[in-house]
Amino acid sequence: MTPPAPVIEFRQVGLTYPGPPPVEALRPCDLVIEPGEFVSIVGPSGSGKSTFLNIAGLLDKPTTGTYLLDGIDTTTLKDSDVTSVRGRRIGFVFQSFHLLPHRSALENVMLAMTYNGVPRAERAERAREALACVGLGHRVAAMPSTLSGGERQRCAIARALVARPSLLLCDEPTGNLDTANTATVLRLLETLHDGGMTVLVITHEPEVAARGSRTVAIRDGLLSEQVMR
Amino acid sequence: MKRFRTGRRGDPAIPSSVFGARDILAESVAGMLQRPARSALTTLGTVLGVGTFVAILGLTATTSSQIDSRFNLLSATEVTVEDVAREQDEFADAAFPDDADATIEGLNGVEHAGVFWSVRLPPGSTVKSSPVGDAAVGEKIDVVAASPGALRAAVPTLAQGRLFDTYLSETSQPVAVIGSGMASRLGITTLQTQPAIFIGDTPFTVIGIVSDVRRKADLLLSVVVPGTTAEKVWGHPADAGTKMLISTEAGAARQVSELAPTALRPDHPEYLKVIPPPDPKALRTSVTSDLNQLFLLLAAICLVIGAVGIANTTLVAVLERTGEIGLRRALGARGRHITVQFLAESGTLGALGGLVGTSLGTITVVIVAVVREWTPVIHTATVAAAPVIGLVTGLVAGLYPAWRASRVPPAEALRR
Repeated sequence: MTPPAPVIEFRQVGLTYPGPPPVEALRPCDLVIEPGEFVSIVGPSGSGKSTFLNIAGLLDKPTTGTYLLDGIDTTTLKDSDVTSVRGRRIGFVFQSFHLLPHRSALENVMLAMTYNGVPRAERAERAREALACVGLGHRVAAMPSTLSGGERQRCAIARALVARPSLLLCDEPTGNLDTANTATVLRLLETLHDGGMTVLVITHEPEVAARGSRTVAIRDGLLSEQVMR
Repeated sequence: MKRFRTGRRGDPAIPSSVFGARDILAESVAGMLQRPARSALTTLGTVLGVGTFVAILGLTATTSSQIDSRFNLLSATEVTVEDVAREQDEFADAAFPDDADATIEGLNGVEHAGVFWSVRLPPGSTVKSSPVGDAAVGEKIDVVAASPGALRAAVPTLAQGRLFDTYLSETSQPVAVIGSGMASRLGITTLQTQPAIFIGDTPFTVIGIVSDVRRKADLLLSVVVPGTTAEKVWGHPADAGTKMLISTEAGAARQVSELAPTALRPDHPEYLKVIPPPDPKALRTSVTSDLNQLFLLLAAICLVIGAVGIANTTLVAVLERTGEIGLRRALGARGRHITVQFLAESGTLGALGGLVGTSLGTITVVIVAVVREWTPVIHTATVAAAPVIGLVTGLVAGLYPAWRASRVPPAEALRR
């Protein structure tokens, strides 16, 4: 049996915004993230973190290089296929949660299965499981406005997990949270990692980055692997 | 958490994103109910437009059917023929032949027919109930000479007595039929005493009092005498003005009106002018075309305003919900799924407005009909088309905002 392909494989992936003047937002780089890894991407603001997130999350296409996700060459895919791959294989967690304000926690989680071909009948049950998994089993009917910041982010994580992605892509997941809630969310991410989930956290906070088993720094659009602890 | 099985790595067959019909419906309803007050206000224009549309078409149909039912019975079975011989030829005689009644009554579809004319009394002669003394009535009373057929064609309702028949007419008897109002003015209460009235100096026996006529209502205010008697007393009607009243069976009026001039005067059909019954269809068309075009235009303007309202609200919603659009894109929605979602939302708004408008329009028609004691008539096509018009309005209004929504770059949308 062949070993499983890396979840993320960057081969000289770079992105240059056409000018004038052209801006090299991400310099061509190589990066491999194996299944089950917990990788932190750190860098100050303006370093190219967002560009990296957009490329890794298939929200933007690199201008150079090849990006393989789960062994699929995403750079040659049609836009509609890129969308499908994104919807099925990447679970996003955002700094600002992006929960729909007029829907309950359960409905917000169910939304993640709308476009992936999950039969309607299964969705509520799976969403309930995902919420239970992040410790929100008792708040399924709550509206986002009644949830605390930490609960909102856990709800968003449940939404990211419910479609069973191969990669959990977190963009500043604790940026809007206080210390206590940050600790809860990070513990949750660690638990998920322990369960075998591949987690990629993009952050500017060193203490968050320290939770990862591996840290990649980004500065001025340049990726550089840091020494593993 | 269970790992997503990645057994299909490298498999080029990538299952594509879907957005099922029930999901579309659920999302559009949810989107609409997010801000119920705003949705209600947004649909107001469509409600008014569709409501006006239904009300106008319904009221038109209702009045048209009213006109139909009125014209079907009476007017559509009435034909009048006028003597216009003098207009054609200065020296022409009366256009109606002596056997005019019999000729026309012999035509298929004719029930009754007869000539009549207003008698020109010599100056100074009036209608009185006694030979001497004051004239019983101050005003001038019309004397109408009519053949028995003409009298019957007017469909009179007798209060007392009888009409003059062919025998009385042929023998030029001095008899008269008067309206009930006229009878009370002349002081005649019963026919058992065989009362007489005097026209000029000539006595006439009143043989019938008519309480109502369905045609030629002016007969109620006249004294009707047999044509032959009138000719004997006052001579042949010198000037033209003789007319013929024909009552036909239902549906025969047009045919009769075409045949009558030729049947009466094969040599000079142009001496006779026929006034056929009004065509109810033409009448309905004229009713529809006048005022209602204006109202339909108003309805169309309302619809345009409604569409602009929906377009505006949807556009605002798209801007407000940029984050949601980005999220949906991140969750696997394609650009066209976003388009479909917003189109479905605006379409649902429009269809809902159309449904409410249809109901309000129908209620309006029913209320107006009840107040006027009419039968409310709305064509089923109107009721079926109205919500569709609302739906189309909503869809058209949503086109641009939905297109805009699909063009939002997901990465940018998520940064909000």
